[in-house]
Amino acid sequence: MKKEGIRLFNDEGKRTDGRYPNEIRPVRIEAGVLKNADGSAYIELGNNKILVAVYGPHEAVPKYIAEPDKAVIRCKYSMAPFSVSDRKSPQPSRREIELSKVIREALEPAIFLNEYPRTMIDVFIEVLEADGGTRTASITAASVALADAGISMKDLVTAIAVGKAEGKLIVDLNGLEDQYGEGDMPIAIMPQYNEVTLFQADGIFTPEEIEEAFRLASEAIKKLYNEQKKALKKKYEEVIKEVNQTE
Amino acid sequence: MGVLSLLKKEVILAGLKKGERTDGRGLLEYRKVEIKTGYIGKAEGSALVRLGDTKVIAGVKIDIGTPFPDTPDMGVQIVNAELIPVASAVFEPGPPGEEDIELARVIDRGLRSAEAVDMSQLAIIPGSRVWTIFIDIYPLDHDGNLIDASGLAAMSALLDTKMPVAEVVDENITLSENKKPLPIKTRVVYVTLAKIGDYIIVDPTFEEELVADARLTFAINEDRNICGIQKGGSGSFKVKEILEAKKIALEVAEGLFEKLPPKPTSE
Repeated sequence: MKKEGIRLFNDEGKRTDGRYPNEIRPVRIEAGVLKNADGSAYIELGNNKILVAVYGPHEAVPKYIAEPDKAVIRCKYSMAPFSVSDRKSPQPSRREIELSKVIREALEPAIFLNEYPRTMIDVFIEVLEADGGTRTASITAASVALADAGISMKDLVTAIAVGKAEGKLIVDLNGLEDQYGEGDMPIAIMPQYNEVTLFQADGIFTPEEIEEAFRLASEAIKKLYNEQKKALKKKYEEVIKEVNQTE
Repeated sequence: MGVLSLLKKEVILAGLKKGERTDGRGLLEYRKVEIKTGYIGKAEGSALVRLGDTKVIAGVKIDIGTPFPDTPDMGVQIVNAELIPVASAVFEPGPPGEEDIELARVIDRGLRSAEAVDMSQLAIIPGSRVWTIFIDIYPLDHDGNLIDASGLAAMSALLDTKMPVAEVVDENITLSENKKPLPIKTRVVYVTLAKIGDYIIVDPTFEEELVADARLTFAINEDRNICGIQKGGSGSFKVKEILEAKKIALEVAEGLFEKLPPKPTSE
């Protein structure tokens, strides 16, 4: 993975897009952006553009996958063919299949699944443009979409990647840092409980760096959590406005 | 989790409270590991691993192929896993599903991050012809912790691999009868822990996996650094639990390195 000749920091210690190591990219989250879905959200994190639709709880299909005591989550993470430099085939890649699984497992701990026995909740994630950190941005947006669908949850799930470039830990890798850095460690947390629901890593990290990574991630997650709450509040403020107008 | 597993969870948790597991192990005790290399004659490298009652076989096949455009002077590593119904009634026949793909990708990332196989030594004609290393993992009997068993099988099979020596004369590749071991930079082991209720256990059995809230795997290289992490399952971990699990994994890794075949001595 290591490449010579590409510098990920300038002389002032700033990153390729001018950020400091612990700085996240500009973020914008919107809730309720789709008409047909029961809940939806849109996130822009740097150059990432991701749309999430939630349907349900509805009858489980196929019927035999229904669970007698809880809802089943169906999660599909998919990248649009035009979301990356070289066209990505619309067929699900092995990466997308794995990510669908780990994203589902990152969201499940936050949902009161037992409140919806024998049903299914769909989470469809469409990455429209990708620039590093799409799985974590997807989780951040998906939990907003689930809340927007009115599904009972313990907490939102907020996610960010910590990585390593030129031996230094950095937060929220962009595509370049993801490609040429030495490691990537996506982390998802339920902020109110400080419970980790997604945790992966590739690249080499010392045992001490893993502790440090959580400290760095928690700062970024606080910021993103506020954005998530703001997005949900904004949607409901608009709903209240509409209701007041019609009365 | 089915209703039966819910009942089973009560029983397992009651045991864990007393520091006991259903198979008599302590919470942080690993099962017995046996590794048999050279099991498949037709493969360039192979290993059959027993981890308690879990059995996994890994085979390495080597072929000449084209490099990826972004790494023209590097060999190619491909890891595949097939959860065949031979190993368990919970595996369905058919194309690989989420579990198969996750298993293969977790093993692949650990080996790749650690640069277990030195891919820079596997170019034959840089830019056009390189060695491709296929690592195929087949669980044969599933009694839990397929990740660690698959990791041991894959790593042992790589350590067992003998590849032909390629000679290039005017863009023509000839393979000599001489065989040499794969260039191995470091060995890698995988340690998986499961969380059941408030308890963290090492090397879960199938029964324990069924009732577990979540699992966490660490891939560890010979420098005792972490070269891969994967959380799985529908539960969550406290940060404190993750850091504790990491510490345990590093300790458990020592025993696993002893079980692995040694690194081939380079010529």
